[in-house]
Amino acid sequence: MIEVKNISKRFGKLQALDSIHLSLHSGTCTALTGPNGCGKTTLIKTILGMVLPDSGNLYFEGENVLSHKTYKRDIGYMPQIGRYPENMSIGQIISMIQGIRNHTSDLDLELYEQFNLKDMLHKKMRTLSGGTTQKVSAVLAFMFQPKVLILDEPTAGLDPIASEILKEKIIQTTKQGKLVLITSHVLSELEGLISHMICMQDGRILMHEEVQVLKQKSGKEMLSQAMVKLLKEITPC
Amino acid sequence: MLRVLKYVSLDILKNKIVVVYAVMLALFAWSAFGLEDNTSKGTLTALNLILLTVPLMSVLFSTIYIYNSSEFIELLVSHPVKRSVIWQSLFAGLSISLALAFILGAGIPILIFVSLRSALIMILSGILLSVIFVAIAFLSSVLTRDKARGIGISILLWLYFTLLFDGMILFLFFRFSEYPIENTAVFLTALSPVDLCRILILLHLDVAAMLGYTGAIFKDTFGSFWGLLVSFFLLLLWIFVPYVWSLYKFRKKDL
Repeated sequence: MIEVKNISKRFGKLQALDSIHLSLHSGTCTALTGPNGCGKTTLIKTILGMVLPDSGNLYFEGENVLSHKTYKRDIGYMPQIGRYPENMSIGQIISMIQGIRNHTSDLDLELYEQFNLKDMLHKKMRTLSGGTTQKVSAVLAFMFQPKVLILDEPTAGLDPIASEILKEKIIQTTKQGKLVLITSHVLSELEGLISHMICMQDGRILMHEEVQVLKQKSGKEMLSQAMVKLLKEITPC
Repeated sequence: MLRVLKYVSLDILKNKIVVVYAVMLALFAWSAFGLEDNTSKGTLTALNLILLTVPLMSVLFSTIYIYNSSEFIELLVSHPVKRSVIWQSLFAGLSISLALAFILGAGIPILIFVSLRSALIMILSGILLSVIFVAIAFLSSVLTRDKARGIGISILLWLYFTLLFDGMILFLFFRFSEYPIENTAVFLTALSPVDLCRILILLHLDVAAMLGYTGAIFKDTFGSFWGLLVSFFLLLLWIFVPYVWSLYKFRKKDL
């Protein structure tokens, strides 16, 4: 579905992405993990076309998409920190995105209803708490029924109930045969959610494994323990 | 494009500053024509208004507006909207609203008080100046991420084009007044859109008779139909070059 080939990106002295190869398939839910500043968000933004790579290619359903960008219709993106025009209200933002996408029918309003956004439509974006902003981002990402969902730290800042609702939605979406890509630092949270796991460090991919295989290899039941054990074996320190 | 333009225009209108700008221009223009007993004095006041205020307002408002739209731009980029469409819509929205404010504020009194031919040239120059300085604002705001620096560049460019450049030309005239520099002078004025507009407008007023020998050369060059065409072409180039350059930079920018 999505193929990243040999993509590199440099910000001044920092090599943010170092010839990354990656292939993601629909029906999987992949977690992208790694220490702060290892290039997770840069990789995601490259896939979204927000950061333009210095070299390499990006394929979406077999088509090279670095030159033409219609593929973004099929991607829903939930940013780590959603930045929205401050003087617009939630309702205006949602209807604006619907208008610009020219997509007002056949919407997925499940999260919208479960998060009770209806009662907050008049609230201005600048008055919202971080968690509510995250809710708006989540609703917008899932609303247009995209084939691919890219979620950058989706549960950070959400209250436990909203967090559970979102997780349930992610599981359901993966079952529908869509491709989900999540970044997160909290490994325990990803348990039962993901089918694949990617670990990045210093702009490189250290490993890309199926969760089942990962657990077998390490002999641990918990995802976090398995991960830590394998990482210790890979990195010589 | 139109869908995005709709939201940009609504946002600018909601901002109300452009509306106040139109009212201010109207106040200035009406009082300029109303206070002076002869119209040509009023016209000169209106001319200075066009040449100083319009560029300043366009360049400052646009620069700050683009920086403030960074969230809007980011939001749209993560949705299926082409970058060039976002940039075009912002440019069209700002240009149209500032030009419209100029037409409604200053254009109406100019049309009423000044003879039709001069009035049309003045209004056209005002519109072109508005758009040129929007284009310059786009360029300076895409050159740097730092808001203060971007606004600084905009103000400096305005100072350069409206005051400094004029002074430099004047200095050249004094220094080399013994030499035949008229043709060079004609060429040099093309390097500043404000000076180009000033000469265009002055030549179509009665005071043009007082410009002396250089004025005669100017009149020869810019007064003819072809001269007029070439100078409008130059002014369009002043819109085109900064805008296309900024678009090129914006498409390569990491957000």
